[in-house]
Order: sequence, then structure tokens, then C-alpha cells
Amino acid sequence: MTVNGAAVGAEVADRTLLVHFLRDVAGLTATNVGCDTTSCGACTVLLDGQSVKSCTVLAAQADGHEVTTLEGLADGDGEMHPVQRAFHAEHGLQCGFCTPGMVMATVSLLAENPSPTEEQVRTGLEGNLCRCTGYHNIVRAVLAAAGEGQASR
Amino acid sequence: MIPAPFTYQRASSVDEALDLAARGGDDAKFLAGGHSLLPLMKLRLAVPEVLIDIGRLHELSYVREENGHIAVGALTSHHDLSRDRLVGSELPLLAHAAGQVGDPQIRHRGTIGGSLAHSDPAADLPAVMLVLDATLVARGPSGSREIAAGDFFQGLFETSLEPGELLTEIRIPRPAQAGWSFQKFTKRAIDWAIVGAAVQGDQVALVNMGSTPLRASAVERALAGGAAPADAAAQAAEGTSPPEDINADRSYREHLARVLVGRGLAEARSRG
Repeated sequence: MTVNGAAVGAEVADRTLLVHFLRDVAGLTATNVGCDTTSCGACTVLLDGQSVKSCTVLAAQADGHEVTTLEGLADGDGEMHPVQRAFHAEHGLQCGFCTPGMVMATVSLLAENPSPTEEQVRTGLEGNLCRCTGYHNIVRAVLAAAGEGQASR
Repeated sequence: MIPAPFTYQRASSVDEALDLAARGGDDAKFLAGGHSLLPLMKLRLAVPEVLIDIGRLHELSYVREENGHIAVGALTSHHDLSRDRLVGSELPLLAHAAGQVGDPQIRHRGTIGGSLAHSDPAADLPAVMLVLDATLVARGPSGSREIAAGDFFQGLFETSLEPGELLTEIRIPRPAQAGWSFQKFTKRAIDWAIVGAAVQGDQVALVNMGSTPLRASAVERALAGGAAPADAAAQAAEGTSPPEDINADRSYREHLARVLVGRGLAEARSRG
């Protein structure tokens, strides 16, 4: 499969989950394993541009497809992605565990709806849980990222 | 948490999928988006020895108009269904309900065929199929056959699909009555419905009020007899056998069914 623009290939057991492939084979550990039950969204990555929970996708299902993790968002010079910048500027995190998943879900959300209302942000992130309950600033960060996207257009 | 060991096989055509299933026998299962099956496999509630990945059969992902009905390919994702223009204009109940399944990530992967074949009475789309009078098309070694939605759901995780048969298409006629509503009661946004109700015109079905999705027959009979919607809704729990679990006991689910059907009928009439 292609991960963050680079081809990654390995022989793995048939039952290997995408999240374990990313962390243990590709060595990309930004993607967290949280609930492991398709609930919390900490393992969210992009599969062909759409957000998915990588704890519920087999690595074999992603074979031949494009996967993007948090590590793949910044550009080659290390300049952060607008969504990352917005989470930083608005302090859209507390402990940080849910943050990679929140950021990836946000990238997918804004790709589908570039200028969401606050309510659309909240429902659009319903698949991602923050156990610090830091939702207020997360929503502010998403709205700020959307505003930045609009301004740069 | 990972599934028990299995052999992964990938089909590149429907014929190949059927062939692999015939060879795999009772120990083989089809894998579409995997969002019903893989969680069960992690919990060892399902332990197939062979998984046949049909996720690349793009010929099974479509929505089109055919001979007066809407044909939906079984591999169409909830996300695509919820945004499809034809579904949105002709079957708004289905478009809306598909947009209520799980959360965005789940809707990107989960498919209508997978949800129906999984036959979870707490799932959203099976009840929608009942009120839309859908016909399900299954392909097996000896060809295709049509199954009415009302005959498809046989029990908890049980359908009338034969071993080796693959659900390929869902055919839905244009509804005779336009008003619709989908009511889903959950504690958290992404949860399964504790109870749900799908309404299309005077057709009503219940989510999670038995081992299969159920038509609210007593409500439908009352409406046909001229009862006011609020009076008809009072009979929503008749003939049901709701599960009892951490979320609700029987009487609470019966109460929810009456309330949700009442709201659903009122909303459907306001749209009709």
C-alpha cells in the first residue's frame, strides 16, 4: 500500500489490522489504539482520502490503496497542515491522545464540507471521543481551520 | 484485540466470490466494509476460517433507476447512499437513515448490503427496508433470486440467504405516500438505537423491538381503519418482544416505541 506517499510493503498475517500495520510495520506511531472497538476514533486515518477507523480495517483491505496518517499531513519542509496549525493555535487538545484521530477526522470533514457550521462540526466529529472532554477548543480549532481554508481560496 | 486466525481471500468478480464461497463452505464469510463482521470477530462471536473480501467489486456499488424502481448495489457505502442525488430525491427516508448509521468513519466503510446481511435488529437500515417494501437480490451457484424484505430477516444475525449466496442488489419501488420519518433514540450519538422507528406514509417499522426488525402491524391496521396518528401510535408495542439489556428493560422499550412512532407519524404527515 501507499502510506503518506511512499510505497510500504510487507508480508503480514491475514488477520493483521491496519492500525497495527501502520504502527508496528511502517513505524508510524502517531495513530493511537484507543478503544479497539470502532468507537473512540483515536485510530482514525485517511483511506483514499476518507476518514476510517484503522482498528476495524484489515491491512489486506488497504493493500493497493492510499493511506494517510498524521505524519503525512505536514509538507516536506515540516510546515504543519492548516488543521494542525489550528489545533495548535486554538489549543484544541488536553492530554493529546485523541488528537491525531481528531485531526485526521477534521481533514476528512473539511474535504467533504469546507465551511461547516458549529453544529455540523459537532456531528461531523461524533465518531471521535475526547476523554478529557476538551471538545470546546476542538470545535473552535476546526472552525478556525475552515475559516483559514476559506480565506486562502 | 485482533480476530482469531483466518485465511484471507480476495475476489475480483462476483463469480469468483461465489466460487470461493462454494469452496469455503460453512466456514467462509463474505467481507464487505467489515464494520459489522470484524468487531464480532475480535470478540470471537464470529470465527470464520475463510474471509472472502468482496470490497473491490466496484460493479456492486451503484444507484440507478430501473424499470420504475431504484436499484442500489449491495456494496454502496452508507456515506455514498446518504449523499446520492437520486436516493435523496426519490427515497429521502433511506438517504437520511443511511446518514444516521454509526459515525462518519463507519459510514465511509460500512455498506448497505453488509448491514442487511448482518441482520442485527438494532441496525437502522433493515427497518427502513421493511417500510420501503424493498426486494433483495441474492446470487448463488444456481443463479439469482429475489427475496422480499419481509421474508429476509429471520432472526438475530440470521437471514434467509443460503450458504454461498451473496446479496448483490436492493430494489426499492417509489413510495406511494411521500411523508417519511426516521426516529432513533440513543444515549450517545454513535450508539445503536435503543429503539428506533421508520415511517413511510402509513407504513411503520421498529428497530430493536425483537429479534428482527418488525413491522408495527397494529399501528398500520389502526391507521388503515382511520385512527388518528396519536391513537395508532399507542399500539406501537403490540406484538413486539423487545430485548432487555443495560440500556432499557422491556417496559421502557415499549414506552419508547409508542413515543417514537408517535413522533414519526407526526413528522411524516408534516412532510406528506
